[in-house]
Amino acid sequence: MILFWVLAIALVLSAVFTVTQKSPVYSVVGLLANFVALAILYLTLNAEFVFVMQIVVYSGAVLVLFLFVIAMLSSGVGPFAEGPNRLPNIIGPALGVVAAGCALLVYTLARVPLQAPPPPASAAAIGQAGEAGVFGSVSDFGAALFSTHLLPFEVTALILLVAVVGVVVLAGDAAPMATRGRHAVRRPAREREPIAKGRR
Amino acid sequence: MTPMSVDVSNYIGLSAVIFFIGVAGVLARRNPLIVLMSIELMFNAANLALIAFSRLWQNNAGHIFAFLVITVAAAEAAIGLAIVVVAFRRSKNVDVDEVAGMRG
Repeated sequence: MILFWVLAIALVLSAVFTVTQKSPVYSVVGLLANFVALAILYLTLNAEFVFVMQIVVYSGAVLVLFLFVIAMLSSGVGPFAEGPNRLPNIIGPALGVVAAGCALLVYTLARVPLQAPPPPASAAAIGQAGEAGVFGSVSDFGAALFSTHLLPFEVTALILLVAVVGVVVLAGDAAPMATRGRHAVRRPAREREPIAKGRR
Repeated sequence: MTPMSVDVSNYIGLSAVIFFIGVAGVLARRNPLIVLMSIELMFNAANLALIAFSRLWQNNAGHIFAFLVITVAAAEAAIGLAIVVVAFRRSKNVDVDEVAGMRG
Protein backbone atom coordinates (compact mmCIF):
# COMPACT_ATOMS: atom_id res chain seq x y z
CA MET A 1 0.00 0.00 0.00
CA ILE A 2 2.71 2.45 1.01
CA LEU A 3 4.87 1.05 -1.77
CA PHE A 4 2.19 1.88 -4.32
CA TRP A 5 1.93 5.51 -3.28
CA VAL A 6 5.68 5.98 -3.10
CA LEU A 7 6.03 4.52 -6.57
CA ALA A 8 3.10 6.54 -7.89
CA ILE A 9 4.59 9.80 -6.67
CA ALA A 10 7.97 8.82 -8.09
CA LEU A 11 6.35 7.98 -11.42
CA VAL A 12 4.48 11.25 -11.74
CA LEU A 13 7.43 13.36 -10.63
CA SER A 14 9.86 11.63 -12.96
CA ALA A 15 7.39 11.93 -15.86
CA VAL A 16 7.00 15.66 -15.25
CA PHE A 17 10.78 15.95 -14.95
CA THR A 18 11.19 14.16 -18.28
CA VAL A 19 8.78 16.43 -20.09
CA THR A 20 9.96 19.71 -18.64
CA GLN A 21 13.74 19.43 -18.82
CA LYS A 22 15.53 21.56 -21.37
CA SER A 23 18.36 19.17 -22.06
CA PRO A 24 17.48 15.75 -23.53
CA VAL A 25 20.12 14.05 -21.39
CA TYR A 26 18.31 15.05 -18.20
CA SER A 27 15.10 13.84 -19.79
CA VAL A 28 16.69 10.43 -20.33
CA VAL A 29 17.65 10.29 -16.68
CA GLY A 30 14.09 11.14 -15.67
CA LEU A 31 12.78 8.52 -18.05
CA LEU A 32 15.11 5.94 -16.50
CA ALA A 33 13.70 6.64 -13.04
CA ASN A 34 10.21 6.42 -14.53
CA PHE A 35 10.87 3.05 -16.14
CA VAL A 36 12.41 1.53 -13.02
CA ALA A 37 9.55 2.70 -10.81
CA LEU A 38 7.08 1.36 -13.35
CA ALA A 39 8.86 -1.99 -13.41
CA ILE A 40 8.53 -2.31 -9.63
CA LEU A 41 4.88 -1.38 -10.00
CA TYR A 42 4.48 -4.25 -12.49
CA LEU A 43 5.94 -6.55 -9.87
CA THR A 44 3.29 -5.49 -7.37
CA LEU A 45 0.73 -6.49 -10.00
CA ASN A 46 2.21 -10.01 -10.29
CA ALA A 47 3.51 -9.37 -13.81
CA GLU A 48 6.91 -10.95 -13.34
CA PHE A 49 7.91 -11.44 -16.94
CA VAL A 50 6.80 -7.96 -17.94
CA PHE A 51 8.88 -6.61 -15.05
CA VAL A 52 12.00 -8.23 -16.49
CA MET A 53 11.12 -7.13 -20.01
CA GLN A 54 10.62 -3.57 -18.83
CA ILE A 55 14.06 -3.45 -17.25
CA VAL A 56 15.85 -5.18 -20.11
CA VAL A 57 14.13 -3.63 -23.11
CA TYR A 58 13.39 -0.12 -21.90
CA SER A 59 16.10 0.67 -19.39
CA GLY A 60 18.65 -1.45 -21.18
CA ALA A 61 18.00 -0.94 -24.86
CA VAL A 62 15.70 1.97 -25.64
CA LEU A 63 17.34 4.45 -23.27
CA VAL A 64 20.81 3.52 -24.47
CA LEU A 65 19.57 4.12 -28.02
CA PHE A 66 18.36 7.57 -26.97
CA LEU A 67 21.70 8.31 -25.33
CA PHE A 68 23.60 7.21 -28.43
CA VAL A 69 21.53 9.46 -30.64
CA ILE A 70 21.97 12.41 -28.29
CA ALA A 71 25.71 11.82 -28.18
CA MET A 72 25.89 11.48 -31.96
CA LEU A 73 23.81 14.54 -32.78
CA SER A 74 25.09 16.90 -30.14
CA SER A 75 28.79 16.40 -30.80
CA GLY A 76 30.06 19.56 -32.39
CA VAL A 77 26.63 21.06 -32.85
CA GLY A 78 25.66 23.67 -30.36
CA PRO A 79 21.90 23.97 -30.44
CA PHE A 80 21.05 20.33 -29.92
CA ALA A 81 22.10 20.26 -26.33
CA GLU A 82 19.28 22.64 -25.53
CA GLY A 83 16.42 22.24 -27.91
CA PRO A 84 13.89 24.97 -28.38
CA ASN A 85 10.92 25.02 -26.15
CA ARG A 86 7.50 26.34 -26.92
CA LEU A 87 6.05 25.61 -23.53
CA PRO A 88 5.03 29.23 -22.93
CA ASN A 89 3.10 29.36 -26.21
CA ILE A 90 0.80 26.42 -25.80
CA ILE A 91 0.80 25.79 -22.09
CA GLY A 92 -2.84 26.85 -22.08
CA PRO A 93 -4.12 24.29 -24.61
CA ALA A 94 -1.92 21.58 -23.11
CA LEU A 95 -3.27 22.19 -19.63
CA GLY A 96 -6.77 22.22 -21.10
CA VAL A 97 -6.23 18.82 -22.69
CA VAL A 98 -4.84 17.45 -19.45
CA ALA A 99 -7.73 18.86 -17.43
CA ALA A 100 -10.32 17.50 -19.86
CA GLY A 101 -8.65 14.11 -19.74
CA CYS A 102 -8.60 14.03 -15.97
CA ALA A 103 -12.24 15.09 -15.81
CA LEU A 104 -13.18 12.33 -18.25
CA LEU A 105 -11.18 9.87 -16.18
CA VAL A 106 -12.85 10.85 -12.90
CA TYR A 107 -16.27 10.64 -14.55
CA THR A 108 -15.49 7.21 -15.98
CA LEU A 109 -14.14 5.85 -12.73
CA ALA A 110 -17.16 7.14 -10.89
CA ARG A 111 -19.58 5.55 -13.33
CA VAL A 112 -17.99 2.21 -14.03
CA PRO A 113 -17.42 0.02 -11.02
CA LEU A 114 -14.26 -1.94 -11.48
CA GLN A 115 -15.65 -5.20 -10.24
CA ALA A 116 -13.81 -8.32 -11.07
CA PRO A 117 -15.61 -11.51 -11.90
CA PRO A 118 -14.90 -14.27 -9.42
CA PRO A 119 -11.56 -15.62 -10.50
CA PRO A 120 -11.48 -19.19 -11.70
CA ALA A 121 -10.35 -21.71 -9.15
CA SER A 122 -7.09 -22.43 -10.90
CA ALA A 123 -6.04 -18.80 -10.92
CA ALA A 124 -6.65 -18.40 -7.23
CA ALA A 125 -4.47 -21.34 -6.30
CA ILE A 126 -2.39 -20.84 -3.24
CA GLY A 127 1.28 -21.23 -3.92
CA GLN A 128 4.67 -19.69 -3.95
CA ALA A 129 4.88 -16.72 -6.29
CA GLY A 130 6.30 -17.84 -9.59
CA GLU A 131 5.06 -21.42 -9.42
CA ALA A 132 3.08 -22.72 -12.34
CA GLY A 133 -0.62 -22.22 -11.81
CA VAL A 134 -0.22 -19.07 -9.73
CA PHE A 135 -1.40 -15.95 -11.54
CA GLY A 136 1.41 -14.08 -13.23
CA SER A 137 4.03 -16.77 -13.06
CA VAL A 138 6.59 -16.88 -15.81
CA SER A 139 5.83 -20.50 -16.65
CA ASP A 140 2.16 -19.70 -17.22
CA PHE A 141 3.15 -16.70 -19.30
CA GLY A 142 5.44 -18.82 -21.45
CA ALA A 143 2.87 -21.55 -21.88
CA ALA A 144 0.25 -19.01 -22.97
CA LEU A 145 2.70 -17.17 -25.21
CA PHE A 146 3.72 -20.26 -27.13
CA SER A 147 0.32 -21.92 -27.38
CA THR A 148 -2.74 -19.69 -27.18
CA HIS A 149 -1.07 -16.48 -28.28
CA LEU A 150 1.43 -17.86 -30.75
CA LEU A 151 0.27 -15.60 -33.59
CA PRO A 152 0.96 -12.32 -31.71
CA PHE A 153 4.38 -13.71 -30.85
CA GLU A 154 5.14 -14.33 -34.51
CA VAL A 155 3.85 -10.87 -35.39
CA THR A 156 6.32 -9.53 -32.81
CA ALA A 157 9.17 -11.13 -34.73
CA LEU A 158 7.91 -9.58 -37.96
CA ILE A 159 7.65 -6.13 -36.33
CA LEU A 160 11.24 -6.34 -35.13
CA LEU A 161 12.41 -7.41 -38.58
CA VAL A 162 10.60 -4.47 -40.16
CA ALA A 163 12.18 -2.14 -37.61
CA VAL A 164 15.69 -3.43 -38.32
CA VAL A 165 15.28 -3.18 -42.09
CA GLY A 166 13.66 0.24 -41.78
CA VAL A 167 16.43 1.66 -39.64
CA VAL A 168 19.11 0.35 -41.97
CA VAL A 169 17.32 1.80 -44.99
CA LEU A 170 16.78 5.16 -43.30
CA ALA A 171 20.04 5.80 -41.53
CA GLY A 172 22.42 3.18 -42.80
CA ASP A 173 23.96 5.25 -45.56
CA ALA A 174 26.58 7.72 -44.47
CA ALA A 175 25.73 10.08 -47.33
CA PRO A 176 22.91 12.48 -46.51
CA MET A 177 19.59 11.73 -48.10
CA ALA A 178 19.73 15.12 -49.82
CA THR A 179 22.35 13.92 -52.27
CA ARG A 180 20.47 10.82 -53.26
CA GLY A 181 18.49 12.46 -56.02
CA ARG A 182 21.50 13.26 -58.15
CA HIS A 183 22.68 9.68 -58.22
CA ALA A 184 19.43 7.95 -58.95
CA VAL A 185 21.11 4.71 -59.93
CA ARG A 186 23.50 3.64 -57.22
CA ARG A 187 26.57 1.85 -58.38
CA PRO A 188 28.50 -0.74 -56.40
CA ALA A 189 31.23 0.68 -54.22
CA ARG A 190 34.12 -0.57 -56.35
CA GLU A 191 32.77 1.31 -59.38
CA ARG A 192 32.48 4.65 -57.67
CA GLU A 193 35.43 6.95 -58.03
CA PRO A 194 36.91 8.19 -54.79
CA ILE A 195 35.58 11.62 -54.01
CA ALA A 196 38.97 13.25 -53.53
CA LYS A 197 40.26 12.03 -56.87
CA GLY A 198 37.12 12.61 -58.89
CA ARG A 199 36.93 16.31 -58.17
CA ARG A 200 40.45 17.04 -59.22
CA MET B 1 -6.96 -10.59 -4.03
CA THR B 2 -4.27 -10.63 -1.49
CA PRO B 3 -4.51 -8.38 1.53
CA MET B 4 -2.43 -5.20 1.38
CA SER B 5 -3.36 -4.86 -2.26
CA VAL B 6 -4.32 -1.52 -3.73
CA ASP B 7 -7.56 -1.06 -5.60
CA VAL B 8 -7.05 -1.50 -9.32
CA SER B 9 -8.76 1.82 -10.05
CA ASN B 10 -5.77 3.52 -8.45
CA TYR B 11 -3.51 1.94 -11.03
CA ILE B 12 -5.85 3.01 -13.81
CA GLY B 13 -5.88 6.57 -12.51
CA LEU B 14 -2.10 6.62 -12.29
CA SER B 15 -1.91 5.29 -15.83
CA ALA B 16 -4.17 8.07 -17.09
CA VAL B 17 -2.13 10.74 -15.31
CA ILE B 18 1.08 9.50 -16.91
CA PHE B 19 -0.61 9.26 -20.28
CA PHE B 20 -1.72 12.88 -20.14
CA ILE B 21 1.72 14.01 -19.01
CA GLY B 22 2.97 12.32 -22.17
CA VAL B 23 0.31 14.04 -24.28
CA ALA B 24 1.30 17.39 -22.83
CA GLY B 25 4.93 16.65 -23.65
CA VAL B 26 4.15 15.81 -27.26
CA LEU B 27 2.08 18.96 -27.62
CA ALA B 28 4.37 21.37 -25.87
CA ARG B 29 7.90 20.35 -26.74
CA ARG B 30 9.69 20.95 -30.02
CA ASN B 31 12.83 18.94 -29.40
CA PRO B 32 12.18 15.73 -31.39
CA LEU B 33 13.97 13.54 -28.85
CA ILE B 34 11.79 14.74 -26.00
CA VAL B 35 8.71 14.23 -28.18
CA LEU B 36 9.81 10.62 -28.69
CA MET B 37 10.37 10.21 -24.96
CA SER B 38 6.87 11.53 -24.30
CA ILE B 39 5.54 8.91 -26.70
CA GLU B 40 7.40 6.28 -24.69
CA LEU B 41 5.66 7.62 -21.59
CA MET B 42 2.31 7.11 -23.27
CA PHE B 43 3.20 3.55 -24.27
CA ASN B 44 4.14 2.86 -20.68
CA ALA B 45 0.89 4.28 -19.38
CA ALA B 46 -1.02 1.99 -21.73
CA ASN B 47 1.04 -0.95 -20.50
CA LEU B 48 0.27 -0.12 -16.89
CA ALA B 49 -3.45 -0.07 -17.66
CA LEU B 50 -3.21 -3.40 -19.50
CA ILE B 51 -1.41 -5.07 -16.63
CA ALA B 52 -3.73 -3.60 -14.01
CA PHE B 53 -6.77 -4.92 -15.88
CA SER B 54 -5.02 -8.22 -16.34
CA ARG B 55 -4.62 -8.43 -12.58
CA LEU B 56 -8.25 -7.45 -12.09
CA TRP B 57 -9.51 -10.26 -14.30
CA GLN B 58 -6.81 -12.72 -13.23
CA ASN B 59 -6.09 -13.40 -16.87
CA ASN B 60 -2.61 -13.16 -18.30
CA ALA B 61 -3.66 -12.22 -21.83
CA GLY B 62 -2.96 -8.65 -20.73
CA HIS B 63 0.63 -9.60 -20.00
CA ILE B 64 0.97 -10.99 -23.51
CA PHE B 65 -0.42 -7.81 -24.96
CA ALA B 66 1.90 -5.69 -22.80
CA PHE B 67 4.79 -7.72 -24.17
CA LEU B 68 3.58 -6.94 -27.69
CA VAL B 69 3.32 -3.24 -26.83
CA ILE B 70 6.88 -3.23 -25.46
CA THR B 71 8.08 -4.70 -28.75
CA VAL B 72 6.18 -2.13 -30.78
CA ALA B 73 7.54 0.65 -28.58
CA ALA B 74 11.10 -0.53 -29.10
CA ALA B 75 10.59 -0.68 -32.86
CA GLU B 76 8.98 2.75 -32.80
CA ALA B 77 11.87 4.21 -30.85
CA ALA B 78 14.42 2.75 -33.25
CA ILE B 79 12.64 4.02 -36.37
CA GLY B 80 11.78 7.36 -34.80
CA LEU B 81 15.38 7.95 -33.81
CA ALA B 82 16.55 6.98 -37.28
CA ILE B 83 14.16 9.54 -38.76
CA VAL B 84 15.45 12.15 -36.32
CA VAL B 85 19.03 11.39 -37.34
CA VAL B 86 18.21 11.66 -41.05
CA ALA B 87 16.23 14.88 -40.60
CA PHE B 88 19.03 16.35 -38.52
CA ARG B 89 21.64 15.42 -41.13
CA ARG B 90 19.60 17.12 -43.80
CA SER B 91 18.75 20.40 -42.19
CA LYS B 92 20.74 20.73 -38.95
CA ASN B 93 17.80 21.91 -36.99
CA VAL B 94 16.31 20.66 -33.77
CA ASP B 95 12.79 21.94 -34.12
CA VAL B 96 9.98 19.64 -35.17
CA ASP B 97 8.05 22.60 -36.53
CA GLU B 98 10.86 23.44 -38.93
CA VAL B 99 10.95 19.99 -40.48
CA ALA B 100 8.24 20.69 -43.02
CA GLY B 101 9.68 19.07 -46.11
CA MET B 102 6.55 16.98 -46.67
CA ARG B 103 4.14 19.87 -46.48
CA GLY B 104 1.91 19.83 -49.53
